[in-house]
Amino acid sequence: MNQYEVTFIVDPVLSDAEIKQTSENYVDLLKTEGCQIVHVDEMGLRQLAYPIKKRNSGIYYCIEFQSDSGVIISRLELALRRDERIMRFLTVALDKFGIKYNEDKRNGLIKKRDKTEKKAEKSYGSSPATGKQDDVKATKSAPATPAPAPAAPAPVATKEEEE
Amino acid sequence: MASRDDIKFLSNPKIGQNKKKYCRFKKYGIKHIDYKDPDFLLGFINEQGKILPRRITGNSLKYQRKVATAIKRSRHLAMLPYVADLLK
Repeated sequence: MNQYEVTFIVDPVLSDAEIKQTSENYVDLLKTEGCQIVHVDEMGLRQLAYPIKKRNSGIYYCIEFQSDSGVIISRLELALRRDERIMRFLTVALDKFGIKYNEDKRNGLIKKRDKTEKKAEKSYGSSPATGKQDDVKATKSAPATPAPAPAAPAPVATKEEEE
Repeated sequence: MASRDDIKFLSNPKIGQNKKKYCRFKKYGIKHIDYKDPDFLLGFINEQGKILPRRITGNSLKYQRKVATAIKRSRHLAMLPYVADLLK
């Protein structure tokens, strides 16, 4: 038993019913070929990083399934390739870590880091840096204010003379 | 000259020292890198969308390879760009 995962992008121009039908189409195909469907993940509409077929967004689906032999993969990919509604697809064989990761993700054990959290981290990261800068300024200004160091200006003057 | 005890160095002495890099996958026990999570992979590419080398990220060879394949898969699925300008 190998576990596979096929991710594909459906054209967003289609109606909702058609989009649903496309994904169900492939689930049915896999079922008739004797595969066990583990999970169908509807990732929804996403902005594409670059245009594909002059479309800037797409609807992502991810079907996880188990199969005894890999023969089904070529048939599935052929069907996906012939389908005009599919913009992109990718089939991946999962190793044990991948299977576990997906299980954990489904059970909500893996939390997606929110952007707000990241921002909080960033602000936290920047605050010590500003603190450091302040320290540097303080150290620079501190020796200058009480008494100008007698040794420091002298070498500068000699350098200037040499030049 | 500098009679104050609290000022020992003119410049920050920690500036020259570089922190030891580490592989975050080994440290936190991450075994699988998901290609469907572009936000996470964003940490391993530069502004132009190029994969960062190991000498910058500190990844071990095993996980650098996995990161690279995950980024390439993610690019194929248009979750990450192949080429970009001012990404991030």
